[in-house]
Amino acid sequence: MLAFGPGLAAWGLVTGVAMTQSGLGVGLSILMSLTVYAGSAQLASLPLLASGAPMWVIWASAFCVNLRFVIFSSQWRVHLGHLPRRRRLVLGYLLADLNLVVFQKAWPDRAAHQTGQARYAAGGAAAVWSVWQVSSLAGILLSSLVPLSWGLGFAGTLSMLGIAYSLLNDRVAWVAALVSAAAAVAAFALPLKLNILVAIAAAVAASLVMAKAGQAAERSA
Amino acid sequence: MTVAASLWPAWATGAVTILGLAAVTAVSRGFFLWSKRDLRLPDELQRALQVAPLAAIVAVLAPEIFMAHGALIDTWRDARLPAALAATVFYAWRPGVLGPLLAGLAVYMPLHVGLGW
Repeated sequence: MLAFGPGLAAWGLVTGVAMTQSGLGVGLSILMSLTVYAGSAQLASLPLLASGAPMWVIWASAFCVNLRFVIFSSQWRVHLGHLPRRRRLVLGYLLADLNLVVFQKAWPDRAAHQTGQARYAAGGAAAVWSVWQVSSLAGILLSSLVPLSWGLGFAGTLSMLGIAYSLLNDRVAWVAALVSAAAAVAAFALPLKLNILVAIAAAVAASLVMAKAGQAAERSA
Repeated sequence: MTVAASLWPAWATGAVTILGLAAVTAVSRGFFLWSKRDLRLPDELQRALQVAPLAAIVAVLAPEIFMAHGALIDTWRDARLPAALAATVFYAWRPGVLGPLLAGLAVYMPLHVGLGW
């Protein structure tokens, strides 16, 4: 867990800087850091917030960015399913991407409900939460001293670029990304920032078509 | 929205949006922790869920890099393109988030702050 500390802190710092530099203001940036607690979704929401997109479009886009957590939650329930619902949900809310990586290294056999698993998850959640919040709040407070005209908000865009590249792990992902980028630009004139949702729908549809075509090719081979 | 925007101060709209985003985090991270019964996702849905996060990030990203004033950038004197290119080249050399970010900023800041691109 300690090995991830510096990377996590740097990432928190950048998110803090990106929030204030997008024009959110110190108060709302602190609120966002403490309550939303999901770096990628925060970064993706910032341009939408700045352009005055309606709330439901911002929420829907953030949910799409967060869909990986839906998949992760089905993996967490193997280990946390025995806890009372309240504790499951509170702990689940606090478990970020990094926690699952570290947890699955500690319990590689994926066996369910072993003693200490829930406590290990809670300890990991507390560690990641503290490092993230301290670095993110530092980023918020330090960058509020930098004038907005420097355009440091672009740091948020540049760090999303790295995240996007890291998700390009097969041909389906590449096609989905190209479709999404093209659709988001082509549909930019739509009102309410609906181009974002149109682009996601187009990319998901493309990936489903490719999966169907792949199955058909397998059957005929 | 327009009605809400005229009656509410901007910070209140921002705060409600942010608290809604917090609910989005709670719902997505707790999705399969809510029910006591084991739920299984159909394979097709699972596949769709896998590309959706990438699609959402790229959908926000592409206009932020390639567009200005509602149209594709039509000048090379825009600091964003060389900065994104620098970040991309750096990523190809050393994958990660922080390295490409710093490489991109090292190109962006002099062009944007210095030359006003």
